Amino acid sequence: MNFLKRTVPLFIAFVMGVLMAMQYFVPHKLSQDLLEVVSRWDRIIAGFAVFIGAYSLFHLHWTRIKRKVEGWGYSVFVYFGAIITLIFGFLNGGKFFWNDKQDGTMFDWLYYYVQVPAGATIFSILAFFIASAAYRTFRARTKESTVLLIAAILVMLGRVPIGNYISQYIPAVADWIMAVPNLAAKRGILLGVSLGAIATSLKIIIGIERSYLGGGD
Amino acid sequence: MRKDSNFFVLVGTIGLFVCINIFLMASGKLPFNSDGFGIILGVGITLAIYSFLYKDNPAFKIAENLYVGVALGYTIIITWFNFLKPDLYDPLIVPMFSKAAEKAPQYALIFPSLLGIFMLLRFSRKLSWLSRWTFAFVVGLGAGVSIPRVISAFILEQIKPSLHPVFSGGETILSSINTLLILLGVISVLIYFIFSVEHKGAIGRLSKVGIWFLMISFGASFGYTVMGRLSLLIGRIQFLLRDWLGILQ
Amino acid sequence: MERFLRIDRRIIFAIITVAVIVSLILRFELPIPASEPVQGVYGKIESLPKGSHVMIAFDYDPSSKEELQPMAIAFLHHCFSRDLKVIGMTHYTGAPGLADQAITSVANQYQKKNGEDYAFLGYKPGAASLIINMGENLYSAFPKDFYGNDTTTLPVLQGVDSLREIDFLFDLAAGTTIETWIVFGKEKYKFELGAGCTAVMGPDMYPFLQSKQLIGLLGGLKGAAEYEALVKKKANAVSGMRPQSVVHVIIILFVIFGNIVYFTSGRSRHA
Repeated sequence: MNFLKRTVPLFIAFVMGVLMAMQYFVPHKLSQDLLEVVSRWDRIIAGFAVFIGAYSLFHLHWTRIKRKVEGWGYSVFVYFGAIITLIFGFLNGGKFFWNDKQDGTMFDWLYYYVQVPAGATIFSILAFFIASAAYRTFRARTKESTVLLIAAILVMLGRVPIGNYISQYIPAVADWIMAVPNLAAKRGILLGVSLGAIATSLKIIIGIERSYLGGGD
Repeated sequence: MRKDSNFFVLVGTIGLFVCINIFLMASGKLPFNSDGFGIILGVGITLAIYSFLYKDNPAFKIAENLYVGVALGYTIIITWFNFLKPDLYDPLIVPMFSKAAEKAPQYALIFPSLLGIFMLLRFSRKLSWLSRWTFAFVVGLGAGVSIPRVISAFILEQIKPSLHPVFSGGETILSSINTLLILLGVISVLIYFIFSVEHKGAIGRLSKVGIWFLMISFGASFGYTVMGRLSLLIGRIQFLLRDWLGILQ
Repeated sequence: MERFLRIDRRIIFAIITVAVIVSLILRFELPIPASEPVQGVYGKIESLPKGSHVMIAFDYDPSSKEELQPMAIAFLHHCFSRDLKVIGMTHYTGAPGLADQAITSVANQYQKKNGEDYAFLGYKPGAASLIINMGENLYSAFPKDFYGNDTTTLPVLQGVDSLREIDFLFDLAAGTTIETWIVFGKEKYKFELGAGCTAVMGPDMYPFLQSKQLIGLLGGLKGAAEYEALVKKKANAVSGMRPQSVVHVIIILFVIFGNIVYFTSGRSRHA
């Protein structure tokens, strides 16, 4: 059983890793066909991952309802929203789900008038919290934090038209901050992260890194 | 008493909202059709979520959970129409069971479908080990495909402009100074992140320079973050003022 | 002075709300000169001959719609006004509705026909694998478009077998898709790539601008406003610049005032 649970997956990871790394350097048509087939399979497998997320969410809220934890009534709304959307989605404007997706159905109505406003609003709340944090917690306690705040202020002024009214140099300084020190730091971080990603990929292929197996090894 | 007053505030606010909408529909500013009712629903959800800024309340929680449910339902339906149906159902299942099908079933799709089903078996106690095969396939593939491409796109292509020669190709003095500054910044930031070497002496001084570059960069990121979050708020207020109240054109 | 530090945050929320509402209602003109990254995208579209294929990746969902939808609409205006062939797709499950709305609403203004002048391929999972699949064979990645039409029969896709034949790809990104397009797409399939991103991600994209892996970038609502001004279709983004300017100044004043109060009160000495 250990062979099936541990050895086979590690072998699969090794073979796929080496194969796809070598494929990049082989221009033969067979190699290109392999890339197309494998990427198509990977795409299809990735699509099934949606159902893992869906099951987890349904299970979480079902448990809350079953155990009647505090606020379990709100979990009913999750099921209500999901079920009503699924019903209208599968009804597909009367054509049902085995036909092509129809336009302008109740399913689309729920998207435009529930999901879009709610999704957009939830993240816009952060604007208020940033303003509150700017007043209550952003303090120039050290030299480094002072530099951070000055850079932030110059960029904020330089990126809106009003900065030009205050001084013609503010947009130029803001552009310089973005194009020189910001670029340098972000490039340094990008190089570091990329080197780390390559090291991790090599460890996965060789079999040192096994956390993707889900524990127990 | 506190709970009673909260209840009356909530009921009063909902009542005011209903009255405003009746007025808007009666005056013709909101159309009396599915779009009009949709806008009312959208505004109601928007205001319910914003009510959190005053105090956490049932209206916010209902809107939040409703959103989670609708988003989940939308994801599943879009996955069916855009992925499962054209990529699996139409080319594999339909030709297998329908005599009127024009093309032969693409049996090769059984293999990735099986791997996909194995992945879902991670919730089963007895068969969860099968999901390891799928994760190994996906992770191994991802690792192999990434290595040469990341080296090319993120490392070599990023190092090239940093090593650009100065005072060549008609550059000004300022742009050459900028090129040197960028090189200094990249090296010092990379050195800052090497924690396996003690930051003393020359390494320590370079690492300090890296910190300054990082602080300026984080300041710029903070400025942009403020801008970004504010834009989302501006968009929502535009929706409320234009599409609902009809104040903006 | 110390009571200013303990001010109820709902007062701050109210100040921000009033500032946004007032500056939206009061109309005043602000100049919006186009920055170099935005000019990069604009210049590329201007240089494309009629009938060129432009792919737009709508890689965002409703949570970033306020920044990226105005960009999408301005860019679509530009493409359709220049009679370019537009192909839309997305990596995000939450995007198809927004993408479909943007494409069809702008296309109708130019009497463009679905299938002939534009196509919306819809959503597919897979991220990097999808890009590689598209790069090898577009029809194997998208056998059908969003409406269920067979992609091999669409006139707009004539001459396009894979990403190699795309003249320009414009990624509207709320997440890490720009990097994914660069690593798994542009690196091998050599198409020209431009991007629009949320302001939060804007600073991260500058290394790619300098290395010319991105020929242009629209960053946040400001980038959208600049593009709207360039294509002469001033809309939401341009009017959003007024409250953006005002609230930026307010937040800067908050930071300065908060620091003054902090350092003049006893707190900094006790800390």
